[in-house]
Formats: sequence, structure tokens, C-alpha cells
Amino acid sequence: MSLLLSMLAYPFIVRAFVVGALVSLCAALLGVPLVLKRYSMIGDGLSHVSFGALAVALACGFAPLWFSIPVVMLAAFFLLRLAESSRVSADAAIAVLSASALAVGVVVTSLTTGMTTDVDSYLFGSILAMSRSDVVLSVTLAVFVLSLFAAFYHRLFAVTFDESFARATGVKVGTYKTLLSLLTALTVVLGMRMMGAMLISSLVIFPALSAMRVFRRFRSVVVFAGALAVACFCAGLAGSYLLSTPVGATVVLCDLAAFLVCAAVGRR
Amino acid sequence: MERQILLACHDVSLGYEHRPLLEHLDFAVREGDYVAVLGENGSGKSTLLKSLLGLTPPLAGRIDRAAQRAGRLGYLPQQTPAQRDFPATVEEVVLSGFLNRSGLHLTYSSAEKSAALMHMGKLGILELRQRCYRELSGGQQQRVLLCRALCAASGLLILDEPATGLDPAASQDLYKTLRYLHDREGMAILMVTHDLDAALREAKTILHIGQNRWFCGTVEEYLKDESGRRFGRK
Repeated sequence: MSLLLSMLAYPFIVRAFVVGALVSLCAALLGVPLVLKRYSMIGDGLSHVSFGALAVALACGFAPLWFSIPVVMLAAFFLLRLAESSRVSADAAIAVLSASALAVGVVVTSLTTGMTTDVDSYLFGSILAMSRSDVVLSVTLAVFVLSLFAAFYHRLFAVTFDESFARATGVKVGTYKTLLSLLTALTVVLGMRMMGAMLISSLVIFPALSAMRVFRRFRSVVVFAGALAVACFCAGLAGSYLLSTPVGATVVLCDLAAFLVCAAVGRR
Repeated sequence: MERQILLACHDVSLGYEHRPLLEHLDFAVREGDYVAVLGENGSGKSTLLKSLLGLTPPLAGRIDRAAQRAGRLGYLPQQTPAQRDFPATVEEVVLSGFLNRSGLHLTYSSAEKSAALMHMGKLGILELRQRCYRELSGGQQQRVLLCRALCAASGLLILDEPATGLDPAASQDLYKTLRYLHDREGMAILMVTHDLDAALREAKTILHIGQNRWFCGTVEEYLKDESGRRFGRK
């Protein structure tokens, strides 16, 4: 309790806590359909694109969020099309795109400001990065994602479980998938500066994987993934405060520990 | 009295990117029909199916999807690999069949829940309803998907290769269930299949498509027709 109070005495930790908990929750919820539909790589691809976009924004003096959000959303839309088309092998294409975006980011930064601690904090995250507008944005995002899940839960289930059946029964499958990928893009951009470009995709993938080990009901998987993600983020934030480690990596380690526990429980 | 038309093709052409595979297709599925769609690989069976479901428009002609408009169409697609490890209970999967009814669907109504229970009872999967879909056998999974299709359908079932991947006993079981639904419940069935024996044994009407010609008639007519004789010998 005293740990909690001493942590919350710092305004930047309060901001990081609000943004991180909400982004973790959104990422976990969106992650369940993404992982089940075999789109896990999209989250990873998006984080690299988001790094590239941030680097370019910084070099050109654009406002980082307002530049990278549309770029990453565009990339999300494109990646989804790519993953669906059977002509190119999607996993290879996503890997190529990720590496290219990362390379653009690194080259642009080294040409302008040079590889500074800024770049390091983009790659591996920094707890200091959250501003007031991030808090507002993440609250908006969370409200949007939660209401999407509440209102269209059954349709999301149908689209995730069986696209062709959903389509034949008149569900607008394309709209749901586009919405999912756009929201994932927003989540990734918001979470990236705290969690780091290299680590943000774990927020999408780990909670869904862990929940799927333990639960057999879709509803339970969704609820548990969301709860677990928030719990792991809180544990990671506290751990990073106590041990003075980067918050992103600490949260990922908490997620890994939770996954191992879930895998052990599920095996029994 | 003329039986009601559930699905009809009027001078329909199908194909990819303006290259027609099949032209001037005319046929109708009426209440009480049991149609098997036969054809070699690449003859356009799956393209036809997509058009019948309204997923891709035909190159030319008109398809009247009366059953789908009335919310009376149920569809049993082929299973996808992603479904095999999907965490969902049988009940969750079956209930998702009701999504074709309009409305926001925040929750399923109690009428829908009891209809789902009834359908599960009919298909003998009632005791599986809390089980996880991925832990079932192939035949049981197919029953669950058929049950979901029944929740969506009150007039016409469209099935895509329903016996694929099932062992002989399970596929016999499936055909028996379909016959029951057709004979007792008055469900019209349109089934795409490559299982010629099953098609000749179970269906009343055969629609054979291939090489820019098509045939539609009863099983007896089909066996006398050229395409039936050729295809049947293989």
C-alpha cells in the first residue's frame, strides 16, 4: 500500500499507469480475435511501422502522434489486405515491411538528430513519454474498444470463428476486420512510446495466448485476457519502479510469467 | 400447387475476371428439393456456391435468393484450420447461427436459446453443449456446425462438401441426419460434393457442372445423360 502511494505521488507515473492499463486492456481484447485469426504478426508489423513514422515525424518536426496515427492506420489497412490475399505469402511480406519501416526510422534519425537516447526510448520504451493528451486519447480509445466489444460481441465471435458463415448470414465481415485493425493500430501507436516498438506486440499476443491455455469458453477467454493484461501491467510497473528497470521489458516479463503459469495450469 | 422457390438462377454466367467457366445456367431450388451439385475440380463448384450465397456477383444473369432474403437460409461451410484450436463451447458456436436475424443482438433471446437446445437435441449433441469445440471429434464438430446452420435456416440448407475429412461411419451418420431433416422437417437441401455415390443415393436432383456445359435433372435422367455416364464411370 505504501509502495502504491509512493508511486502515485509522481504525476508521470500516474499518467503512465492510466495510459498503460487502458492500452493493455484494449490490446488484450483486440488480441483475442487477432491471435485466433492468425494475425498475430500484424501487431508486430504495426509497431515497426509506428517506429518508422515516429522517427520521420521527429525529423520533419511534425507532431509525433498526429503524424504516426494516420500512417500506422494506413499500414494496418494494408497489412490486413496483405494477410488475406493468397497471392503473396503474408508472413514474408509482413516481415519485409517491418524490417523496411525499422530501417527507414533508423536511417532518418541518424541523418538528422543522430542515434540518441530518444531513439533508444522509442525502441525499448520509456515511462516518461506519456503526456496529458496521451491520457485523453487512451481513455477515448478504451471507451471505444469496450463499447465495440459490448455492442458487437456476438458478431465479433461469429467473424472470428467462421468468416464464411458470418458473411453468408449477412454480417459485414470486412467492416469488422477493418475496425479491428484500425483500433489495433491506434493501440500500438499509443502504447509504443511507453512499451517500446520492440515489445508492444507482446501486449496483443500474450494475454490471449495465456487465456486460451486455461479457458474453453470464448467469453471467459476475452474477459480473462483483459483482466490478466491489466494485472500484468500493474505488476510490471511496480517492478520497474522497485528495480529501476525499463517499464516495457518488465511488463513483458510479467506477461511471460503469467503465460507460463497458465500453460502449466492448462496442462493439468 | 406450385412449391415455393427458395433459390433460382436465371441465365447466370460464372467465372473469374470475365473469363466464364459456365454460361446460361438456369435452375431453381424449391421447397422439399434435395439437390447435389457435382463437377470436376476447377469446374466452378465453389464459384457457383459463392454466387448462390451472394458473396460474389455472377458475371451475367440474375440470382434470386428468396430464402436468404427471408432469413431462412442456413450454410455449412468447410472447416478452416484455425477453428481446430478455437476456444469456444458448443453452445456458443450453435447460438451464433441466429445472427442472421436482424437487430443489434446484445444478447440472445430466450426463444433463441430454447430453439438452439431443441436443435442440439435433434442432432444428438445436447450433452456436449458445455464442451469445448476443439476437443470434439471431426464428426461431432460437423454436427455442431450443422446445428448452427439449422439455427439460421428454416427453409434451405446449403452444404459445402459436408463429408470431407470424416471417417465412413461419421459421414454415413451425417447423411442420415440430412435425410431426416429433409424427410421429416421438410428442409430443402443443396449440397456441393465430390462423393458421387452419396449424391446418387441421397439426392433427388443432380446439378452437374463442368466444361462450359451443365445438366440439371433427376437422378434417373442424370444417369442416362452423357455427363452422368462419363462422370459415373470414372
